[in-house]
Amino acid sequence: MIELWNALPLLIQILLKILAIVLPLLGLVAYYTLAERKVIGYMQVRIGPNRVGPRGLLQPIADAVKLMMKEIVLPTKADRTLFLIAPLIAIVPAIAAWAVFPFDDGLVVADINASLLYILSLSSLGVYGIIIAGWASNSKYALLGAMRSAAQMVAYEIAMGFALVGVLVAAGSLNLGEIVRAQSGSVLTWYWLPLLPLFGVYVISGVAETNRAPFDVAEGESEIVAGFHVEYSGMGFAVFFLAEYANMILISALSAIMFLGGWLSPFPQTWVHGIIGLDNGFHWLLLKTFGFMFLFLWLRATFPRYRYDQIMRLGWKVFIPITIVWILVVAGAVVAKLPPWWSA
Amino acid sequence: MGFEKFLFYCFAAIALASAGMVISRRNPVHAVLWMVVTFVSGAALWILLEAEFLGIVLILVYVGAVMVLFLFVVMMLDVDIATLRACFIRYLPLGAAVALLMLGEIVWIVGPANFGLTHFPSPPAAGLDVNNTHDLGMSLYTTYVYPVELAAVLLLVAIVAAIRLTMRRRTDTKTIDPAVQSRVKKGPDRIRIVKMASVGPLETPETLAEAKDEPR
Amino acid sequence: MPFNSANLLPILPEIAILITAAVVLVVDLYLKEKDKGVNHVLALIGLLVAFVLTGLVGGGERVLAFDGNVVRDLMSDLLKAGALIVSALTLVYARPWLKDRNLLAGEFYVLSLCAVLGMLVMISANTFLTLYLGLELLALSLYALVAFDRDSKLGSEAAMKYFVLGALGSGLLLYGISMIYGATGSIELGAVARAVAEQGSGNKVLVFGVAFLVIGIGFKFGAVPFHMWVPDIYEGAPTPVAMFLGSAPKIAAFAMIVRLLVEGLNALHTDWQGMLAILAVLSIGLGNVAAIAQSNIKRMFGYSTISHVGFIFLGLLAGSTQGYASAMFYTLTYALMAAGAFGILTILSREGFDAQNLEDLKGLNERDPWYAAMMALLMFSAAGVPPTVGFMGKLLVLEAVVRVDMVWLALVAVFFSIIGAFYYLRVVKFIYFDQPTTAVPIVTTGGVRAAMTVNGLAILFLGLFPAALLGLCQAAFP
Repeated sequence: MIELWNALPLLIQILLKILAIVLPLLGLVAYYTLAERKVIGYMQVRIGPNRVGPRGLLQPIADAVKLMMKEIVLPTKADRTLFLIAPLIAIVPAIAAWAVFPFDDGLVVADINASLLYILSLSSLGVYGIIIAGWASNSKYALLGAMRSAAQMVAYEIAMGFALVGVLVAAGSLNLGEIVRAQSGSVLTWYWLPLLPLFGVYVISGVAETNRAPFDVAEGESEIVAGFHVEYSGMGFAVFFLAEYANMILISALSAIMFLGGWLSPFPQTWVHGIIGLDNGFHWLLLKTFGFMFLFLWLRATFPRYRYDQIMRLGWKVFIPITIVWILVVAGAVVAKLPPWWSA
Repeated sequence: MGFEKFLFYCFAAIALASAGMVISRRNPVHAVLWMVVTFVSGAALWILLEAEFLGIVLILVYVGAVMVLFLFVVMMLDVDIATLRACFIRYLPLGAAVALLMLGEIVWIVGPANFGLTHFPSPPAAGLDVNNTHDLGMSLYTTYVYPVELAAVLLLVAIVAAIRLTMRRRTDTKTIDPAVQSRVKKGPDRIRIVKMASVGPLETPETLAEAKDEPR
Repeated sequence: MPFNSANLLPILPEIAILITAAVVLVVDLYLKEKDKGVNHVLALIGLLVAFVLTGLVGGGERVLAFDGNVVRDLMSDLLKAGALIVSALTLVYARPWLKDRNLLAGEFYVLSLCAVLGMLVMISANTFLTLYLGLELLALSLYALVAFDRDSKLGSEAAMKYFVLGALGSGLLLYGISMIYGATGSIELGAVARAVAEQGSGNKVLVFGVAFLVIGIGFKFGAVPFHMWVPDIYEGAPTPVAMFLGSAPKIAAFAMIVRLLVEGLNALHTDWQGMLAILAVLSIGLGNVAAIAQSNIKRMFGYSTISHVGFIFLGLLAGSTQGYASAMFYTLTYALMAAGAFGILTILSREGFDAQNLEDLKGLNERDPWYAAMMALLMFSAAGVPPTVGFMGKLLVLEAVVRVDMVWLALVAVFFSIIGAFYYLRVVKFIYFDQPTTAVPIVTTGGVRAAMTVNGLAILFLGLFPAALLGLCQAAFP
């Protein structure tokens, strides 16, 4: 088996690895949309989609087929090229970021030194899709949505970046695998505890960064109908949808890696070593990621939309100062070799 | 080596072509987007030079933050392109002359005669164990800590200057102060209990039904 | 290498200034509009502390700190002290002017202090990088200060011009630095000097690098033909800002030129001597002739600055220690003189009125004889009339030039100085022999009067007894 794999040309190997990540990811995205409708449905004492297939399980496929069949409408005087490539610009960073993502100890496509920076820089590119879409649509609603989302993403990116600086100070590495390994121990040695404020800031900024409720003023159905993608139909719309959900999954998975010890088991190694199911492994990462993904839906079902100035205030006047202060605290703790996290 | 060279020429060509587009596009938004392409290919060139930290930071800072704000501003500008073009034509001869002069000077001075491979042989490739980020950090915060701190002061001055020159408190807007809002007390600020004279029991279908049920 | 806290010793004045700026920035938030004077006091205390620290850590052997990024020698001590004194004077003169126009905001002091920090950094820079960062710190603060009165169209326009041309100048400077780095492989001035001495002027790259450096310096100094921005900015900037940017930064610019050309590229002296000579002759000539035609006194001072820059270049291009010392003497006294002359303008201004025309000086003697005497002293000094210090400065510079057998340069300089004397003396004539155009009394605070008295008498005193300051200047160039 391994010989057969090694016999393949390098390019084919890389392509296969990419497919092994992208296909499950797209499947997950599809069923995440269904999960959202179901979860919110139950939270609002409804059933949610239940017509297509058993218990509505084929609903995403039906949606996808429907969107693919629909016409892509080009608004008058829209900037044709930019209008068409905007969805692609939105989705490429969301998928490319997975290249450096460690699914298990050593299970990563590209194990680069600066993987955290790589992910940060790619997630900062996502905003281009939205801005370009908003501008190229030649529509006031779309432009307003794009402006809102650009300002919001720039603001929360700083808080998010600072939260990650805290993580990298704690772990002493920019490599995601190293960050996870630095947290090994038990649930108490994961970084959620010493970096609790940063953890909170990161998750909330993640919600804002993906333009999800309660920070979804960029879409703001009640004010600007659907914001930046109001003019998109058919596949263009579908790709934006994909990008948004792929980003949510990415943020969830990153939160799991950064603060909840990734693939690590919550029990100390001495107890569970070798016990299948309790030992470290991919399934723990999956579990934690699903937890965060559920949180995203839960938030949407629970909170009303923030007002725009409240969002800006939260980002600039609350989160950024908190992160800066806590980075200092963490740096102090690292220098003081505070046990159990930095006792080595 | 061959593949790297090929990549280098690809990205260099993209960088040059997109830089050309930046200055030749009529639409300022397009120009900014081409500039983004230029930065990305520049970052790729840096990564080819094994300076992955710089490459990624170029994307993070310039593409991810600076150019977004650029776009933000440019989209809201109402630039009169016709007058810009008229000035462009008027100053073209002078500009072209200066550009040619600079080009000649660069070729003559910075060209291979002085900076060729004989003077500056390519350095040996760094091994895989060399951590670019770590090394940069070490030299920035030891040898160059003074300039780094000065750069920080420079940014502080930029913030102070920008705020001083642009921030005005308008008195005619009906803005809300969230700080005041979030200090609202649960008791007296939100609800006010009003005493009202009683007007007898309220009669609704339910109370009537209850009244009917009670004797049983 | 591990950090050694002895590194902090030479930069104590810089640290003091930075801390003051930060304190002012924070304290300003909690001050009511009527208490804004606290900022002023804090800024002055900061400058004073920095001055004392300069004296305490100063003197003695040349010290390198921060891996060669910072140098502390006698020249840096003297120039830092000069820059701090002149800055303190300008802040004192500026306060009533700002207060009358509701501009007495904390940001003015923060930006001014950061500009002072930039000057100090430039003065004790020992690498291209530090020098450039100091220069940008100074320039950025000044751009913002020029536009400080943000409702003034003229101010915004001046700031924009200053910014664009300043950026161009920085670009040329950096281009020159990059070439020199390419040829020598170092940004540390000592290493550059050694490499340049080895290669000599045979290296084309070095010669071109020097040319770009000189052009960049020309832009920053405002020497002809890179002077276009000077009169516009002097006219457009608020008077206190014009005063600030016309005085102390010249001291820092002098330090920059000495660090770059004398310490770094002394081996290419013959190359930059010629370039500086052209700039000097053009500056002295055009500055003095154009100043005659001005009716706006701020513009006139602008052109006068250009001509004085020419004199500073004269001293430098002589290339002898005597020349450097005389140029340093000239720069220090010029900064003092410029601060005083602009100070008189702020004193003559009042709420709703800016003194900026020559007419506004008419009959100053009848309105306030003491200020009239001070202004006359300052103008005599600028014109180079004995026994003021301006005469001593010009004399020393010319002597240095003649000593290196460049008599023609000295003759040109003297010729244009005589032309220049006309417009300075015209100011004196307005002060003493014309009727005032207004009867509004001149109201000033005791602090301003004291500062102006010190300033004016220093001009006279240094002219009568130049030996002490000159001795310090000569000690800086052994």
